Amino acid sequence: MDMFRRSLLKGVSASGALAAALAAGILKPTEVLAADEWNRAAFDSKDAGAALKAIGASSATDSKDIVLTAPEIAENGAVVPITVLSNIPNTISIALLSLKNPLPLAAAFDFSEGAMPEMQVRVRLAETTAVRALVKTADGKFFATQKEVKVTVGGCGG
Amino acid sequence: MNRREFLQVLAAASAAGFALDSPDLLAAQGGERLYDLPRHGNVHLLHFTDCHAQLLPVWFREPSVNIGFGDAAGHVPHLVGEHLLKAFGIKAGSREAHAFTFLDFQQAAKAYGKVGGFAHLATLVKQLKVSRPGALLLDGGDTWQGSATALWSKGQDMVDACKLLGVDVMTGHWEFTLGDKRVKEIVDKDFAGKVDFVAQNVVTTDFNDPVFSPYTIRDMNGVKVAIIGQSFPYTPIANPRWMVPDWSFGIQDENMQKTVDDARAKGARVVVVLSHNGMDVDLKMASRVTGIDAILGGHTHDGVPQPVKVKNAGGITLVTNAGSNGKFLGVLDFDMKNGRIADFRYKLLPVFSNLLPADADMVALIEKVRAPYKDKLGEKLAVTEGLLYRRGNFNGSWDQLILDAMIDVKGADLAFSPGFRWGTSILPGEAITFEQLMDQTAITYPHSTLTEMTGEQIKTILEDVGDNLFNPDPYYQQGGDMVRVGGLAYTCDPAATMGNRIQDMRLRGKPLEAGKKYKVAGWAPVAEGASGEPIWEVVARWLRDRKTVTPRQLNAPRLIGLDRNPGLA
Repeated sequence: MDMFRRSLLKGVSASGALAAALAAGILKPTEVLAADEWNRAAFDSKDAGAALKAIGASSATDSKDIVLTAPEIAENGAVVPITVLSNIPNTISIALLSLKNPLPLAAAFDFSEGAMPEMQVRVRLAETTAVRALVKTADGKFFATQKEVKVTVGGCGG
Repeated sequence: MNRREFLQVLAAASAAGFALDSPDLLAAQGGERLYDLPRHGNVHLLHFTDCHAQLLPVWFREPSVNIGFGDAAGHVPHLVGEHLLKAFGIKAGSREAHAFTFLDFQQAAKAYGKVGGFAHLATLVKQLKVSRPGALLLDGGDTWQGSATALWSKGQDMVDACKLLGVDVMTGHWEFTLGDKRVKEIVDKDFAGKVDFVAQNVVTTDFNDPVFSPYTIRDMNGVKVAIIGQSFPYTPIANPRWMVPDWSFGIQDENMQKTVDDARAKGARVVVVLSHNGMDVDLKMASRVTGIDAILGGHTHDGVPQPVKVKNAGGITLVTNAGSNGKFLGVLDFDMKNGRIADFRYKLLPVFSNLLPADADMVALIEKVRAPYKDKLGEKLAVTEGLLYRRGNFNGSWDQLILDAMIDVKGADLAFSPGFRWGTSILPGEAITFEQLMDQTAITYPHSTLTEMTGEQIKTILEDVGDNLFNPDPYYQQGGDMVRVGGLAYTCDPAATMGNRIQDMRLRGKPLEAGKKYKVAGWAPVAEGASGEPIWEVVARWLRDRKTVTPRQLNAPRLIGLDRNPGLA
């Protein structure tokens, strides 16, 4: 157990896991990297189709080279840990959508040259939904994969 | 002798007051040979699971409803009664038929006697450890919960009994409902240097650091054997999350693969997963993860006589499930030749109390832990006229009794009781003791509740729980049975999609109205800060008032589309 990591996280707990990733220097979220590149239209979109359009990803090819790790059933819908790793060469950004959320676009990350295209976030899911990861490559192509995450009332097991 | 003739003999013998465990009758039935299991090979694993803290012998009726869908339909473990006997070539009316099925339960129970009991299990374990030097005893979990004494001693009676039994490795599920601190205390103090508590899928919520050792490697007769732990993946969902707030679970296939590869790299020639996934999840996991020789499973309480061989990219993985309530002991032998598994033998041995003498040391321990509570445990609350049992996908008679009591005592329109799979049985004419009531209710969050819910909310709950049981993908199932419903009639189409399974809900003949509020009684709320009289007090009061309980009318739903499902008797 790394006590330094833990106290560091507590110190910035308001921003949760995102802060941990930032503190660890792994990635830089779009809004921090360049405030003027903040895609307000995409994050404010009220349905998945509009959000995808706003990031230019209306048509994406399904890919098995994107590793989307999410629980089958959420332990706590308020903080669902999701990891996306892209094994697609020349990945320049990864976006994550919770298709049934009121504001579906949950996160978007840009990766500068040489950065490993992996992100981990905790998202809030209001109900059972598919989460969809989109990868953009340097030549402007989009790839995607998705997984169903169940949000249940709980109890009654076993 | 066919089954009908055999039952007639039994009935006649019962009527004549014969001792049915007499050597003659046992010989006729092959009882004495049941435990005569010659050693095979050089790697030996003994496995019990889901004993639910039953230290004494019990009655336990296997389910008559254990439905499988899609790929699981008609396959192990979703076979009941005659279908199960046929699949495994078990003779109808035999001792084993009684162990593995509900058929002729009352008659056969009287003929063959009680099952399980730690003192009898201890004798069997000792016997097998003599014939199988180096054998490891594995405990699949759900061991520290399920009885009054386990609840009142915070699991200590079972911890001590398991140490005496000689458990080598364990994993968990209901253990976690004692709270994270208590679990850690037992693992770090009581178990230190004696029992390895393993779980590859329990990590801290902040940095995913492992909470327990993912696996242990033991040297057995010159072979390195790895035992990987897999705790119940949905513990913080099916049970109160606030009891383990800093721990995260989940199935974690990828980490399982890494753990298997790691154990192999460290020299393990046999890799076994001690799992509390539930059998359907184990079967899917076995098809995805490579390098596992066997998954010894529990959670779903399926007594499966022989392993299922699952093919995957790396070869074949055996998947077993070893029943519940101390009723079975699984024996898996591997024969290693030139560093590889040449072949295996497996037997799921039923523990018949009257065939196995009680182990004196275990008897002494059990008497000691029970002594302080003896009067309370023995209180006779009422006599039951009907058979009481719980297990099955829909209402069993024990839960029906609990539902009926809640509706009466709380003045509710309808009632919900959780779809737990643990809980023993009581034969007609027997007294219901306080201890037996606790066998159905002994949990650390026993609050009974009365809540106003709209018809729509009631439907949402039924759909939600229905999906946890009937989702076609086992990774989205939780392994419990359907929530038991009292007062409300409904129709269930298990193969439908979520939101469409529950239909035609009626209360006293009238359709349930979506917008109308109803008084709903329940128990076992998973939310933090819940309050309410413990359910056992509510039911005990109701039983004491009655003195005699008539056979319960099961409020089972009308089922659609299951006419030929072999999971339904």
